[in-house]
Amino acid sequence: MATITLPRREHYLNISYGVRSWLLTTDHKRIAILYLITVTIAFALGGLAATLIRLELLTPEANLVSSDDYNKLFTAHGVVMIFFFLIPAIPAVLGNFLVPIMIGARDLAFPRLNLMSWYVFVIAVGLGIYALLTGGVDTGWTFYTPYSTSWANTRVVPVLIAGFIAGFSSIMTAVNFIVTIHKMRAPGMTWFRLPLFIWSMYATSLVIILATPVLGIALMMLLVERVLRVGFFDPALGGDPLLFQHLFWFYSHPAVYIMILPGMAVQSELIANFSRKSIFGYKFVAFASVGIAVFGFLVWGHHMFVSGQSVHAGLMFSILSFLVAIPSAVKVFNWTATLYKGSISLQTPMLYAIGFIGLFTIGGLTGLFLASLATDVHLTDTYFIVAHFHYVMVGATVMAYLGGIHYWWPKMTGRMYPEGPARASALLIFIGFALTFVPQFILGYLGMPRRYHVYVPEFQVLNVMSTAGASVLALGYALPVFYLLASLWTGKSAPANPWGASGLEWETSSPPPTFNFERTPVVVAGPYYFRGPITEQPPAKTTVQEPGGEVH
Amino acid sequence: MSEQTLHHPANLGHHFDTLDQQHSANVLGMWVFLATEVLLFGGLFLAYFVYRTVYHDAFVEGSHHHNIVLGATNTAILIVSSLMMALAVRSAQTNNRRALVLFLALTMVFGLSFLGIKAVEYKEAFDTHQVPGALFQYEGERPELARQVEMFSLLYFAMTGTHAIHMLIGLSIVGFILYRSWRGKYNAAYYTPVELGGLYWHFIDIIWVFLFPLLYLYGRHVAVGG
Amino acid sequence: MEHHAEPQGHHHVESVRTYLLVFGALLLGTALTVGAAYIDLGVFNDILALVIAITKATLIVLFFMHVRHSDRLTKVMVIIGWLWLIMLILGTMDDILTRGWIFGGR
Repeated sequence: MATITLPRREHYLNISYGVRSWLLTTDHKRIAILYLITVTIAFALGGLAATLIRLELLTPEANLVSSDDYNKLFTAHGVVMIFFFLIPAIPAVLGNFLVPIMIGARDLAFPRLNLMSWYVFVIAVGLGIYALLTGGVDTGWTFYTPYSTSWANTRVVPVLIAGFIAGFSSIMTAVNFIVTIHKMRAPGMTWFRLPLFIWSMYATSLVIILATPVLGIALMMLLVERVLRVGFFDPALGGDPLLFQHLFWFYSHPAVYIMILPGMAVQSELIANFSRKSIFGYKFVAFASVGIAVFGFLVWGHHMFVSGQSVHAGLMFSILSFLVAIPSAVKVFNWTATLYKGSISLQTPMLYAIGFIGLFTIGGLTGLFLASLATDVHLTDTYFIVAHFHYVMVGATVMAYLGGIHYWWPKMTGRMYPEGPARASALLIFIGFALTFVPQFILGYLGMPRRYHVYVPEFQVLNVMSTAGASVLALGYALPVFYLLASLWTGKSAPANPWGASGLEWETSSPPPTFNFERTPVVVAGPYYFRGPITEQPPAKTTVQEPGGEVH
Repeated sequence: MSEQTLHHPANLGHHFDTLDQQHSANVLGMWVFLATEVLLFGGLFLAYFVYRTVYHDAFVEGSHHHNIVLGATNTAILIVSSLMMALAVRSAQTNNRRALVLFLALTMVFGLSFLGIKAVEYKEAFDTHQVPGALFQYEGERPELARQVEMFSLLYFAMTGTHAIHMLIGLSIVGFILYRSWRGKYNAAYYTPVELGGLYWHFIDIIWVFLFPLLYLYGRHVAVGG
Repeated sequence: MEHHAEPQGHHHVESVRTYLLVFGALLLGTALTVGAAYIDLGVFNDILALVIAITKATLIVLFFMHVRHSDRLTKVMVIIGWLWLIMLILGTMDDILTRGWIFGGR
C-alpha cells in the first residue's frame, strides 16, 4: 500500500498544548525537554563568567575586574558549570529522554518523582544564581575550610543550600534510573542486550546515590559551622580542615565520573552506530563502566597530595588512581577497535565522537601526571590541572553531550538539523578547544598558578592564544543554539530512523508517542545489530492504518 | 476484595504491567534511597570516628555527660515503636484495617515519646552548658580538653539532631499513612505505601541502634572525675 | 494488555510470634550493650558494642524489613550503602592514623 500522508499523527509533543501541559507533565520526554532548556540557560551563564575570566587574562595586569570580583567570577563559573550544567546535562536531558525508550518501557518507574526532581533543580539553580549575581561567592567551587567558614565575607550560605538542594534532584533522577533499569525492561531485553548507554547510565546512577549524600552532609556541616560558629573543621576550635576535604572529595572525585560516564554512554552509541558495527568487546565496555563507578570511589585522596594528608595515604591514593585508568583505557581501546573496518560515516555526531576520543585520551593521560605524587607537587594549583580537568569535563563530556543532542535531535523534535552548519560548529569547537587549553598545559608546566587575575608578562603570549581559542570556542557553542532552534521550523521532517542506527529508540516514530511504543516491544536481538529490527515484528498482513487524528 | 480490584486495579500506574511489578519497583526505590541515607549519616559517623581517634580522652569524658537512663529508655521506646510498625504492616497484609490503624497510631505515640524524652535531654544539656558554641562551658578537671569535649557535644547534637529531623519526617509519613488507612485505602492487595513507610521507620531505628552506644556508652567503664 | 494483578497476599506474612521473638532479642541486646559498657574489656568494649549494634540492625533488617524473604537485588542494595561507608571511613582513617609516621605529628 502506498504511503498515505496522514493528516496528524499524535506524539508526545502535540498531544496537548499550553504551559500547564508542560509544567505539570509526568512524561519523561517532556521533562527531558524542560531540563534541556534549564541546563542550556545555566551553560550560557557559566560561559559568560568564563568569557569575563578569559578577557581579564588577556593582559598581565588587572584591568577589567578587581581581584575580589575575579574570585567571584571563577567561583561562579565552577559552581554553575559543575552543579547546574555538567552533572545534570547528559543524565537529566538525554538519559531522561532515552532510558525508558531504550529499554522498551512506557515511562520511568516514578514519573512524579521525575517531575519533582526538575522543580527541585530549578529551585537550586534559581537560588544559586540569585546568590552568585547578588554578591557572589569567592571561595572557589570547593568551599575549602576554614576560609569558607571563618573568613569569606560573601554569600556562602545560599550557595551551600543551593548545592544541597541540587543534590536531591540528582538523587531523585538516579533512584528513578536504577529502579527503571531493574524493573521496567521490555520482554526479551536482557542485561546483555542493553545498549551501552544504559550500562553507563546505571553506573552513573550508582555513583550519584552513593556519593551525593556525603556532599550533602558535608555542606550542611559547613553551613552549621559558619552560622553557629562551632568547629567541625575549624582548627582554632579543635577541628580538622582536612576532614572537610575528605568528605568533599569523597563526593567530588566520583562526581567527575558522574560527568564523564554519561559522556562515555553517548560515545558508545555514536561510535557503534556511525561505524555500522557492533561495539568491540561489549562486555568489557559494560563492566568497565561499573569498574569506573567502583574504583572511582577509592581515589579521592589524590586531590589532597599537598594538603597535609599523610604520606602513607598519599601513596595508597596514588596507586589506586593509576588503577582507575585501566577501565577508562579499556573503553578508549574498544571504541578505537570498533572503528577498525567499520563503514564509518562522518556525520556531525560522529565528528563529535572522534573529537571525544582524542580529547579524552589527552585528558586521561595528563591525569596520570597528577596521580604521581612527585609531579603533582609541581603541578598542583597550576594551569596544568585547569587544562587537565577541562579536557575531561569539557573536551570529553561536553563534546559527547553535543554529539548526543545532534544524534537524537530528530528523535526528540521530529526535525533534522542542517548538516553543514552543524559540521562547521563541531570543527570550530574542536579547534577552539585545543587552542584554548593546550597553551594552559604549557602555562601550568611553566608554573602559572590558577585563580590569579594577574600574572608575569612572560606568560602573555600563551594567555592571548588561550583567550583567542576561547573566542572560537564560544562561537562554536553559540552556533548550535541558532541552527537547532531554526530547525524546529525549517528542518526536514525526520523519519523514524534517519541514521540507519540500531536500538529500540529508532524503532518507534520520531517524535515518539506519549507511551513511547504503539505496543510493548518484544526484543529478539542484541544491541548494535544492523541487519534488521531488534524487536519482534507483527505478522505481515495488510492492515489499513488508522488515521492518527481527526480531519478538520 | 472485589473482582474489580483484581482485573482493573485502580492503584496501578499506567506505566506498570502488574501490581507486583509496581510493588517491587517501589520497594527497590525505597531501598536505594535508604542507601543514600546511610551515607548522609555516614559523613557524621566519619567525623565521629576521626575525632574519637584523635581526642580519645575527651570523648570518654563527653559520653559521661549524657543521661544513660534516658538514653536506654529511648532506645527501648524506639524498638517498641518499630515492633508496632512491623505489626501495622502485618495487619495490612492480613487485611485487618482496625489493627492497621491501631498499630500505626501506637507507632506515632512511641515515636512522639522518643522525641519528648530527647527534648528533655536537650534541655538538660542546655542547662548544664553542654551545648557547643557560645554557651559551652567546660566543668571537668582537665581544662586542656575543653575544646575536645565541645567537639564531642557538637557531634552529639549533630548526630541526634539529624536523627530527630528524620524522626519528624518519619512521623509525618506515618501520620499520612494513618489517615489513609483510616479512610480504608489499603488492603492485602495494595499496601505498598504502608510497607514503604515501615521501611523508612525501621531505618531510623537502625541509625539509633548505632548512635546509642557511640554517644552514651563510649568509655563508660572508665572513671572520669569532674 | 491483560493485567493479571495478583493480590500481594502471597508475599510472606511473618507470624506475630516471630515479631515478638525478634523484639525480645532487640531488648536483650540493648540491655547487654549497656551492661557490657560498664565492664572493662580493653579493646573488646568497642568491638562488643559494634557487634551487638550490627546484630540488632541485622535482626531489624531481616525480620522487620522483610529482607529475609527478599530477592538478591534487595540484599545488595541493603549492603551497598554500608560498604561504601566503610570505604569512606577506611580511606580517611588511613590518613588520620598515619599522619605522624614521617614528619612526626600530634
